[in-house]
Amino acid sequence: MGWLLPFDNLLCMALGISFTVWFTSLLVFIIVPAILGVSFGIRKLYMNSLLKIFEWATLRMERGAKEKNQHLYKPYSNGIIAKEMSTLEQEIQELRSSSTTLSSEPEFEMADIMSFCRRGVESIVDDEVTKRFSAEELESWNLLTRSNYNFRHISLRLSVLWGLGLLIRYSFLLPLRITLAATGIGLLVVLTTIVGFLPSGRLRTYLSEKIHMMCYRICVRALTAIITYHNSENKPKNGGICVANHTTPIDVIILANDGCYSMVGQVHGGLIGVVQRAMVKSSPHIWFERSEVKDRHLVAKMLSNHVADKTNHPILIFPEGTCINNTSVMMFKKGSFEIGCTVYPVAIKYDPRFGDAFWNSGKFGMVSYLLRMMSSWAIVCSVWYLPPVNREEGEDAVQFANRVKAAIARQGGLVDLLWDGGLKRGKVKDTFREEQQKLYSKVLVGDQEDQTGRSEYFTICSVTGIFTHNHF
Amino acid sequence: MGSTNSTLSKIPNVEELMRETGFSPAHIVRLYDRFESLDKEKTGHLRPEDFGAINRLAMNPIGDRIIGAFFSSGQDTVDFHSFVRILAHFRPAENNRPRDPSLPEPVNSRISKLKFAFQLYDLDKDGKISRAELLQVLRSMMEMQVTEEQLESIADRTIQEADLDRDDAISFEEFRKVPLGDTLTLTQQRVASK
Repeated sequence: MGWLLPFDNLLCMALGISFTVWFTSLLVFIIVPAILGVSFGIRKLYMNSLLKIFEWATLRMERGAKEKNQHLYKPYSNGIIAKEMSTLEQEIQELRSSSTTLSSEPEFEMADIMSFCRRGVESIVDDEVTKRFSAEELESWNLLTRSNYNFRHISLRLSVLWGLGLLIRYSFLLPLRITLAATGIGLLVVLTTIVGFLPSGRLRTYLSEKIHMMCYRICVRALTAIITYHNSENKPKNGGICVANHTTPIDVIILANDGCYSMVGQVHGGLIGVVQRAMVKSSPHIWFERSEVKDRHLVAKMLSNHVADKTNHPILIFPEGTCINNTSVMMFKKGSFEIGCTVYPVAIKYDPRFGDAFWNSGKFGMVSYLLRMMSSWAIVCSVWYLPPVNREEGEDAVQFANRVKAAIARQGGLVDLLWDGGLKRGKVKDTFREEQQKLYSKVLVGDQEDQTGRSEYFTICSVTGIFTHNHF
Repeated sequence: MGSTNSTLSKIPNVEELMRETGFSPAHIVRLYDRFESLDKEKTGHLRPEDFGAINRLAMNPIGDRIIGAFFSSGQDTVDFHSFVRILAHFRPAENNRPRDPSLPEPVNSRISKLKFAFQLYDLDKDGKISRAELLQVLRSMMEMQVTEEQLESIADRTIQEADLDRDDAISFEEFRKVPLGDTLTLTQQRVASK
């Protein structure tokens, strides 16, 4: 057995060397820049090369589909239908021009009902609101099986690429990320506890800020999150509340990467509980017991107290109350808008091409969600800081909340849904239906009032043209 | 979001459904997801109220008639198969294939689409669109300020133009001759050629 020993030594040496190399490179390329807050630009490079690969993959699939003379199923945003973007008037004008009647004045045609019918069926097949809760579907394939609907069109080359991708993601990226995450969280817990022993004062605040930022930066690298911050001059300041749209629990890390916030939330058990308790030692956060959550007055009081002290960091709140799939913003709960301080809206938009960040809490638990996140390619997102707003005279909390929501939706390119579960459904139905009727009537009957005046007809058409631009 | 196969296996007789309607497996899955999301109480059937919950449909002036088309056979619930069959009317018609006269009329042919549209007008299902029925449709599509006389004159003119056998009603044959364009089609997403 003597001949095994040299191999044994060699093996040990090899393992030792590779571990050292691994950790050194980890340290140099990732952890030290995180601590110092600099970036080598490696992630941007990574993102661009990934995009090129995805484009290639999609083209291959399309080519494969065309060869088999089938249509590539593109589920994104329109399902099985391509919504006509034309308005009602345009459609009706088109119907007129394509019909063979020689009459040049618009009249009622039996075909007009078709436009209404088609729109009606379109909305049965697909409507804006119900889509919001399922993960946004992609047009290009990002080499993750979880987002591929066209598995029949994968060629050999593509499968090889996918297999390679799988290998890289699970055997290289995932362990790397888990190591980083563990380092980040471990450092956070240990360092905040240490700082907690210091007497409260400027030194402690300064140190705790630095520690928080450093650990969040490490966590961001653990997820390979590539974040672009816009309008940093509007960053939330002390003594205010920061509101943002909520897609995933990772939102917290994304925002805290760029500034210090005080968190609000329920006390959890387990690892998260440990982290929560550690964080509280060095800077004030608001953690509620489960029983206290129901007591809205208590919650509001604690928030007001926190905000009143100007040395405290801004509170981070997600008023939607639940994770939405990042294509729209749903109704904001009004509690945080009643406190009466400055509100700093923030819009977060994830780029879906790289991996779906949405946490569908019905489908996945927290741990499996995090594993999915860590085994996708990257998380690319944009954060916009919007100018601070205050509640105006005569505005109640709900209107204020809606105003902020609209601003966030507009900035992030998300759809602003007024849908609030049907309380006002009766009113909505009538007014909107009347508008549709009015528009249709204008096309027809508006002209019949003056059979001889062609100029009137043109005037009316231009009026409806104005309608076209504003309303639809 | 899960593989297509697992969803397909949940649907009974899915092969037959695909053959009858011409939808691809991916389309069926999409429609099934949609059906499930509309069926809020998970009963496996849709009722008129479930359709009424779609805001955009409620806004549509002929929304109620469209909902009625789904429940045309007198039942008050519609299951997934009937749902898909009715939506199949809106698939683009395959005009290039020569039709085999022995096979039944495909669900998305021009004739079937026309029959569907005719149904929207002919509420009492007597095979003719009477003047009264035409007036009803006009009234629902137009705003309140359009007067009764204006509606009646539009109805009169329409019947005059379309009614060939002078029975003051429009039968399906006469309806067919009216130029109707191609709007009763929901086009599928096409692959962009690069």
